[in-house]
Amino acid sequence: MNLTPQDYQVLTPYILLTVWACILLLVDLFIPKDRKGLTAMLAALGLALTLGFILSQIGIERVGFSGMVVLDGFSTFVNALLLVSGLLGIALAYGYVKRMGIERGEYYTLLLFSITGMMLMAQAADLIVIFIALELLSIPLYILAAFARPKVESEEAGMKYFLLGAFATGFVVYGTALVFGATGSTELSAIVAYASDGTPGLLLTIGAALILVGFGFKVAAVPFHMWTPDVYQGAPTAVTAFMSSGAKIAGFAALLRVFATAFPYIAADMTDVLWALAALTMIVGNFVAISQTDIKRMLAYSSIAHAGYILMAFVPYGNPDVRDVSIAAGLFYLVSYAVTNFGAWGVVIALEKNEGRGLAIADYAGLGKKYPALAAAMTVFMLSLIGLPPTIGLVGKFYLFRAVIAGGFTWLAIIGVLTSLVSAYYYLRVVVTMYMNDGEPETERETWLGLTTGATALVTVLLSFTPQVLFAWASEAVLKLF
Amino acid sequence: MIPINYYIILSAVLFTIGTLGVLTRRNALIIFMSVELMLNAANLAFVAFARAREIATGQPLFDGQIFVFFVIAVAAAEVAVGLALIVEIFKSKRSIDVDQMSSMKG
Repeated sequence: MNLTPQDYQVLTPYILLTVWACILLLVDLFIPKDRKGLTAMLAALGLALTLGFILSQIGIERVGFSGMVVLDGFSTFVNALLLVSGLLGIALAYGYVKRMGIERGEYYTLLLFSITGMMLMAQAADLIVIFIALELLSIPLYILAAFARPKVESEEAGMKYFLLGAFATGFVVYGTALVFGATGSTELSAIVAYASDGTPGLLLTIGAALILVGFGFKVAAVPFHMWTPDVYQGAPTAVTAFMSSGAKIAGFAALLRVFATAFPYIAADMTDVLWALAALTMIVGNFVAISQTDIKRMLAYSSIAHAGYILMAFVPYGNPDVRDVSIAAGLFYLVSYAVTNFGAWGVVIALEKNEGRGLAIADYAGLGKKYPALAAAMTVFMLSLIGLPPTIGLVGKFYLFRAVIAGGFTWLAIIGVLTSLVSAYYYLRVVVTMYMNDGEPETERETWLGLTTGATALVTVLLSFTPQVLFAWASEAVLKLF
Repeated sequence: MIPINYYIILSAVLFTIGTLGVLTRRNALIIFMSVELMLNAANLAFVAFARAREIATGQPLFDGQIFVFFVIAVAAAEVAVGLALIVEIFKSKRSIDVDQMSSMKG
């Protein structure tokens, strides 16, 4: 096998980001303890450079390393989204880690490594690469979840995330082994070629199901969600914000790529399973969120519920007529969820104080009077998570439900609408607490935090007026997937 | 020669033991060992499938064996992080029983 410069071009973003992270690890040694903000700036610079490179590659499609990795519109779209998430993650962490006394340079390096893994997930065209990418994104996140050690909650979060994450990896690897046994290859294009000649066979179906279980853990779908509330609550809030968006985007990107590319011929078996997973995830996530009094735990259950909505986009994946539009709707929903989610966690970070105080929903009382701008931003995020106008959340849900109904799954769409109504109860409770109750909340004023919250709120509202631009890009990204 | 089915049944049994171990045992170290058992069950299946297909087609097939190397390397990285986490939690709680990791509820 000969490697050409084209092969390396496909992998340039990773090489760039990995080398940058390794050098940053060394440079960080020479940055004094009270100047770690510089490390954050350098990490952000690395992400921005990679983002620039990714955007310069729009329109290029290429397969590299003998079909191990691909560069196409889908990967460019997801990679750009992941890099923006990384930048937002650094902006949220910048003041937070200082205030919480956990400011160490490794935070940003680990973040870079994790993003590298996430990006590789979106570009993988071989189950080996998917496995490597999955581990590359997960292992730094285990460490980041336990970053606030010796705080017991943070250590427990890291431990639980690690054990359940490793368990999930076991399922993915065993599923891959069975798929390999059935088809004789780990390459997605070879797997699909094997199954196209009629009966896919039991081994392939079991293998695909085990891979689905493994990814179900990663994206926190019910019944594989048990770790999510504890991990999201215990981990440092800035990590949670990044984890809940980034890991979800990457997990869904890989799931989308694997199932749509390699397993279209077992869609008849998988559709019912995916249907049940999506419905269960929406119902359990939304109903359990109602009884939460801690804002981090409530947002954790909300993130489970949103995993259910995104899963809806997978249900019609075996139907070629609606596949593209439903995947585009899924991508659009991922963008709208990521933006809104970062904003909401930003507000949580603004109110959080040392020793885990300021995290109860009751602590938000009086925010509307004292900090009207912050309360307005939080209201926008809550409306977007419910799916009410004038926010991007409404548009995302609209595209999603439309695609699912076009695929003939009307009942699933009805469950989606009903659970959204249920979710209005707990999201609006935050808004009511902010404006109707009296209290004396204290917030932290940090430049980057304020900018992030403001910018995400603005995007959440403005994109709802011109969603076609983004949706067109998402549709474009999907057409080139196959 | 031992038929391939024997290897696959053995690997399925190992995988099941690993899964049950994770679900029933309460010591973090034992849970972690059970996860390793699951990964090694997959390794066994990979090698057996690759060899069986090599014999059947007469063509060399390296994918399976190569995947095993990746799994071993990644599992080693996971051990490094996992044991560090277990040591950290033992330092602050004097226990690695997962039932006692319940400082968060809701």
